[in-house]
Amino acid sequence: MDWTWFHRLASPPHVYRIAGTLTPWFAWPAGLLIVAALYGGLVLAPPDYQQGDGFRIIYVHAPSAWLSLMIYSTMATAAAIGLIWRMKVAHAAAASCAAVGAWFTVVSLVTGMLWGKPMWGTYWVWDPRLTAQLILLFLYLGYMGLRAGIEDTARADKASAVLAIVGIVNVPIIRFSVEWWNSIHQAPSVMKMDRPSMPADMLVPLLMMLVGFTLYFVAVLLVRLRAEILRRERASSWVREAATA
Amino acid sequence: MNDFLSMGGYAQYVWPSYALTFVAVIVNIALARRAHAAARAEARRRLSIEGEDR
Repeated sequence: MDWTWFHRLASPPHVYRIAGTLTPWFAWPAGLLIVAALYGGLVLAPPDYQQGDGFRIIYVHAPSAWLSLMIYSTMATAAAIGLIWRMKVAHAAAASCAAVGAWFTVVSLVTGMLWGKPMWGTYWVWDPRLTAQLILLFLYLGYMGLRAGIEDTARADKASAVLAIVGIVNVPIIRFSVEWWNSIHQAPSVMKMDRPSMPADMLVPLLMMLVGFTLYFVAVLLVRLRAEILRRERASSWVREAATA
Repeated sequence: MNDFLSMGGYAQYVWPSYALTFVAVIVNIALARRAHAAARAEARRRLSIEGEDR
């Protein structure tokens, strides 16, 4: 098998250039999908027969919760690749994930609380899923704090990678918490083995939102990755070209 | 229009949720772009200092 593509992925100038080219290809479809999903979710979708219009919070809550887990998995995978193959670009990618992930973990928690108040009668309960999601936020903050506390980038990469990899156990706990324990959180509506328990006019905007948020994250990650690569490679000659172009 | 804004009585929960998410989406675009612009500016600054040394 030809591994050239893998080795090129380890080359900072190559990744810097590719990331710049790819960004608009993720950003524009993301924007279009999110705007269309907003219209579908807020206007076209009918009110839920139990939750009325309150259910529409799902269109921002579920994509944020999905991103919080997807970004963590990306971060841990990149960190592992960085550790195993000593690939600096992978460490840079992992470091670029954390702040975005923390943001959307907060959004998932707060939008969940805003949904919980009218539906459960309380903003917060120490439920397995809610608690595990709060731990996810602490993992992100711990990762960022650890990186900020270590001056040497190579050492920060290694230490934070170990934390990210250990913390990955929390991801399946969040994902399956509503099945393993008697959680107050409702069961998944979309990502389950049989068919989704939602009519199409409710489901389609949600799926568009999930895809839109995922593309959005890739675009943001690519821009952050370019910044991170530039910062790390400041001693390299190719940076002259990249910084002035 | 009023019907839409009142969200069937859930306005005080629905709109803050959407507002927060909107803020997060915009802020993360801004932070990423600012980080990239700052890294480029820093690289240019260093390069111009190196240029003067020569």
